[in-house]
Amino acid sequence: MTGTKKDIIDQLQKNILAWQGFVPPEAGDTGGIGLGPVEAAFPNAVFPTGAIHEFLSAEPEHAAASGGFIAGLLKTLMLNGGACLWISMSRSLFPPALRAFGVEPDRVIFIDLHREKDVLWAMEEALKCEGLAAVIGEMQEISFTQSRRLQLAVEQSRVTGFILRSDPRKLSATACTARWKITPLPSELEAGMPGVGFPRWNVELLKVRNGNPGIWKMEWKAGGFMPVGENVGEAVLEEQSRMAG
Amino acid sequence: MHKRFVTIWFRHLITDWLVIRQPALSDVPFIVVAKDRGRLVITAANILAENQGVTVGMAAADAKAIIPGLQVIDDRPGQAAKLLKALGEWCIRYSPIIAIDLPDGLILDVSGCAHLWGSERAYLKEIVTRLRSKGYDVRAAMADTVGTAWAISRFGQVTPIIESVGQATALLPLPPAALRLEPTVLQRLQKLGLYQVSSFIRMPRSVLRRRFGESLLLRLGQALGQEDEVITPLQVVQPYQERLPCLEPICTATGIEIAIQRLLEMLCNRLREEGKGIRTAILKGYRIDGKIVQAAIGTNRASHSIHHLFKLFELKIAAIEPALGIELFVLEAPKVEDVPHIQEALWAGKPGLDDLGVAELLDKIGGKMGAATIHRYLPDEHHWPERSIRPALSLREKPAATWRNDKPRPTRLLTRPEPIEVSAPVPDYPPMLFRYKGKVHHIKKADGPERIEREWWLEDGDHRDYYNVEDEHGQRYWLFRLGHYAGGQGNQWFLHGFFA
Repeated sequence: MTGTKKDIIDQLQKNILAWQGFVPPEAGDTGGIGLGPVEAAFPNAVFPTGAIHEFLSAEPEHAAASGGFIAGLLKTLMLNGGACLWISMSRSLFPPALRAFGVEPDRVIFIDLHREKDVLWAMEEALKCEGLAAVIGEMQEISFTQSRRLQLAVEQSRVTGFILRSDPRKLSATACTARWKITPLPSELEAGMPGVGFPRWNVELLKVRNGNPGIWKMEWKAGGFMPVGENVGEAVLEEQSRMAG
Repeated sequence: MHKRFVTIWFRHLITDWLVIRQPALSDVPFIVVAKDRGRLVITAANILAENQGVTVGMAAADAKAIIPGLQVIDDRPGQAAKLLKALGEWCIRYSPIIAIDLPDGLILDVSGCAHLWGSERAYLKEIVTRLRSKGYDVRAAMADTVGTAWAISRFGQVTPIIESVGQATALLPLPPAALRLEPTVLQRLQKLGLYQVSSFIRMPRSVLRRRFGESLLLRLGQALGQEDEVITPLQVVQPYQERLPCLEPICTATGIEIAIQRLLEMLCNRLREEGKGIRTAILKGYRIDGKIVQAAIGTNRASHSIHHLFKLFELKIAAIEPALGIELFVLEAPKVEDVPHIQEALWAGKPGLDDLGVAELLDKIGGKMGAATIHRYLPDEHHWPERSIRPALSLREKPAATWRNDKPRPTRLLTRPEPIEVSAPVPDYPPMLFRYKGKVHHIKKADGPERIEREWWLEDGDHRDYYNVEDEHGQRYWLFRLGHYAGGQGNQWFLHGFFA
């Protein structure tokens, strides 16, 4: 009886996904986004492309870390010569740095606008364009309605959208598929070696639709994401809560 | 193609214009004067003054003696040219090629235009009546050559329209001045008693050349159509241009939309046949009040897609002010390019920058927000961080150099380096701690220095020693010291970027 109940619930969850506009990618489509254990947190253990992801960053240091993390994701998304659009109001991203994450900076088109309204308009138009691999929008905040519009645009075109929110104090519910928070972690080198090591982040997946949120430690090393220390999200979570308590 | 020309002569251009501006002048004699060698000379006189014996070129004092209470108005240099240009632009509704004929005329190349008004007579009548109703005293004539039309408009007595066969006959009874000759030649002809064109037109050419110079033969040849005469059009006719005259003036947004749609259909069908596409296009609306409103669009790659171009114009419609109404729409494409032949791909990954959709998206964003908001960067051969990238000129431009990856560069770079307070006790070592925006960061790990010299051929100043540092929370920064280590608090330190 319990078995059938579980089946029904699973079936319903899948239906909900479909009704919400989520289309699971075909099996042979991607070899993953390169996130390793993090991908298991998503439904069907596949990183949802063709969806909206939001990143929270209060400090410029966090914004830099989010920028690096997104660049790492772009590497896979732009693999076949794709282009992406980076829309912002006060852009500080330094294009040559993208090269370190395996992205050709000349395939990124920057749109610099003055008003948040224009950023949203440009982002919605860009997300409707099927020729792009990804669209990144930097904004202070986004309302539920606005995020829903972006989600609807994405459902048609299957473009992946990233929103960088710089003012997370006004945290509101959004229609985004996942909410991330990337913060920098002290880098570590081989024992006794001087200098700064590879970029290392604390990757928090705060919300994910029909998935399991968690916290991971990741490092960008040798052109890919590498999990650091304990790979199991729950374990790190426990450790975090213990430290907090 | 059979050439036809119309010349329009404004007999009292300046005074008519003054009367239009100040109706009080319409029933008083007045003159326009300019200074010449210390005295005032008449440059224009209205018809009332002329009837009483005042002529152009007379001294103003003499004219005042003839007519008591004569109004005198100062001449504005260049006014005639300005007026003729405005009138010429107004006349573009009759023919696309209009030339100014200083000091008081216009030349219209009307080849193939007259039949749109029914006949040549109706066409000429329309021009003259419209100009007269504006208040200008005009005479116009039509002929096969500019020379004959000019002569007939100034001196013709019989009919203003000269048929192709009657060119020479029409010229015969006219005075030599009708041939636009120089004053010295005219004087010589006068002295010899040659008062009509007929009296010297049959003389041998060698005689005429010896007596009156080459210019007489040239003018004669131009009038008879034996020599070519080139006129400089007021507006260069675009090879890709479509016109849409409207029966009723258009003053609604829907009307403008329909006009754009029609014009684009005409232009794009033509471009498609020739395999070309629009890079820039200008829509001009000629308003009833004589003003021209225009909207321009640009595309990132040549396009002849009606749908896409219409979308671009749609964003601009709000900026077009129809006022009382627009009576003529003109769509021009000053810049067209070959459209690359697109091969349909059965499957492709993400097509990237070559994708049509991306180019159309950028057109749309550029059209609404301005093309200056779109940037793409290519590597430049400079070590100085601010100059290591340069904006790409077009969407298709490929990087000439490779992107360097050997030195660490921050993910976020501040446009202006921000000064920080540091404690750096050891020369040429990274600082122990620094204070940025009131927060103290203790440096745990560091790399560097990477010295970047200033490019002396571009600017003066100290070099920068960059350090890549990490604080106790693992936040990574890009700091630099300006110049050599000076000890104590002598150095300026800056924060220039944030690493991922």
